[in-house]
Amino acid sequence: MKRYNIRIAGVGGQGVVTSAHILGNAMSAAGKYASLVPFFGSEKRMAPVEAYVRASDQPIYEVGEVVYPNVIMIYHPQVITHGKSYTMPFYTGLKPNGMVIINSDADIIPDEDKKVLEELNARIFMIPATQIARDIAGTELATNMAMIGLFFGITKLVTLEHIEKALIERFLGGSFVASGGTTALDSAIEKKFKKKQELLAKNMEVIKYTIKMAEENKWVEEEEEKVAT
Amino acid sequence: MPEQRVVEPEHLILEAPRERKFITGSQAFAEAVKRANVDIAIAYPITPQSETMHLVGDLFAQGYVKDYYRAEEEYGAMSAIAGAVRGGARAFSATSGPGLLRGLEAIVSWPGHRIPVVLGIMTRVVNAPLSIQPDNVEIAYLLHSGLVVLHAENQQDVFDFTLAGFPISEKVDVYLPVVVATEGFFVTHAKGYVELPPEDMKLPPRDPYKAPVPPTDCEIPPARIQRDAPVQKSNFMSYLIHAVWQQEVWSANRRAMKWIYHYLGGPIEVVNPKADVFIVASGCAAAQGREAQRYAEQEGLNVGLIKVKSLRPFPEKEIREALKNAKAVIVPEHNIVGWLAKEVKAVIPNSGIVVDGPRVYGGMTLPVELIMEEIYKALGIKRERTYA
Repeated sequence: MKRYNIRIAGVGGQGVVTSAHILGNAMSAAGKYASLVPFFGSEKRMAPVEAYVRASDQPIYEVGEVVYPNVIMIYHPQVITHGKSYTMPFYTGLKPNGMVIINSDADIIPDEDKKVLEELNARIFMIPATQIARDIAGTELATNMAMIGLFFGITKLVTLEHIEKALIERFLGGSFVASGGTTALDSAIEKKFKKKQELLAKNMEVIKYTIKMAEENKWVEEEEEKVAT
Repeated sequence: MPEQRVVEPEHLILEAPRERKFITGSQAFAEAVKRANVDIAIAYPITPQSETMHLVGDLFAQGYVKDYYRAEEEYGAMSAIAGAVRGGARAFSATSGPGLLRGLEAIVSWPGHRIPVVLGIMTRVVNAPLSIQPDNVEIAYLLHSGLVVLHAENQQDVFDFTLAGFPISEKVDVYLPVVVATEGFFVTHAKGYVELPPEDMKLPPRDPYKAPVPPTDCEIPPARIQRDAPVQKSNFMSYLIHAVWQQEVWSANRRAMKWIYHYLGGPIEVVNPKADVFIVASGCAAAQGREAQRYAEQEGLNVGLIKVKSLRPFPEKEIREALKNAKAVIVPEHNIVGWLAKEVKAVIPNSGIVVDGPRVYGGMTLPVELIMEEIYKALGIKRERTYA
């Protein structure tokens, strides 16, 4: 059984919850299982946000926030540097042999925290996700895409097609009509639709970039060893 | 809305083909009401119940439910429910935490008045400080009033228990209200897979003449009790009338058990019956327990799960039998008083094997890791705390 209990920490406006949904949708598209926990707080821009996703190839029973994650994703460096988080310090509850994915262009982990993470045998991946989003999609709003791209690049839980399907579901939703006939769409809808399609394409480019990043850096997880039963 | 045809409860609940949907617990309540041929729904909004009753309101707009209104508050809602059911209607309502307690005087009079109805409870913190989170201490208030109380683990249970609740409550030998409780947010606002029968089928309408007492006869209980309340009689008549009627209510409550077997496969579910250590849990805690049981199995530990579906009638015999060789019993709960642990201790001869907990309260998450710690302790396995 492959099981990832993920805690995502970021700040309001980064699409933390959106990317949790996409993560879940992609798992579902792959015929696997995911559950997410909506966080009921007062959300606002730059205020701490947390989202929790469980992903597995087996059914998931448990509910509630992920208190003891084996994957922690930090979407904003200020989660660590300014303590902008509901969970302090950022690695609280991390299980041994887990992974931490951090969006930062500089090494921001204090030495004492590094020691704890080392003892837990955690794998740490630090990428400049915001920079990547800006360079490739032309907007830092795609930071979340860079982050989930890297997660899927490392874990290989789903394929690119599954991620694309999840993005379509999220961004085009019910408005996506593959064989709708262009005459049926008035220009306003068409324009809006085109804009959404462009958004989708850019997001996919960001995701592809960080997936490749995981491959080039040899960060891809090895297949689970077969356990004799 | 599709044309719905009436089918027997056995067909709709046990035989009809089912299709898998990914829906919230609130939607699961509404999907059950949609197929239950409900005449009237009355409620007063409160978080986290509001979404369910909003969806039931949509069902009224679509024509699935014949009448619907928002009452003045919960006391009014629950009293009106009694009136509607007395008048021969099939009714549904739902509430949460403080709303439940506000309506409680009316609700705990339903069994004595023999009101067959289904009431959804989406648990929420009661008492101060105010919170909307899913602590389930409120269920303790329901256990001593004669209500049939079912506790749903997930969205699938919500659907199955609610739909089966109507025929169970209306059986002539039961004729009591059925409560379907589940944790707010954890179940009501999260999505899970639910196998649903077709929406073009519904239960037969309620037949109010199929009752232990003819609805029009005012000379025998429960109508007689209403007209000539024991309070108007001598003390000795008061004692007697109330005593025999409460005996009958609790007998009826026990008689619900065979219908719980019939429609829901029994009051408990046992995973790994030959285990040394058992987790006994209901509602959401059973989901956490199920996860812990799986982790334990992967670690080669002989751990089992007993999920309690029915809190009233309480499966005394079944739990005693299932635990007869247990060495330790762990009872995880979402409340501070530990009402389930007390119930379990009361029905086994060796209550010392029951571990009080783990418990979380205030509606917080019950991490599977806390249950695992109790498992290691029970099995005498020394483990370092393995997380930061």
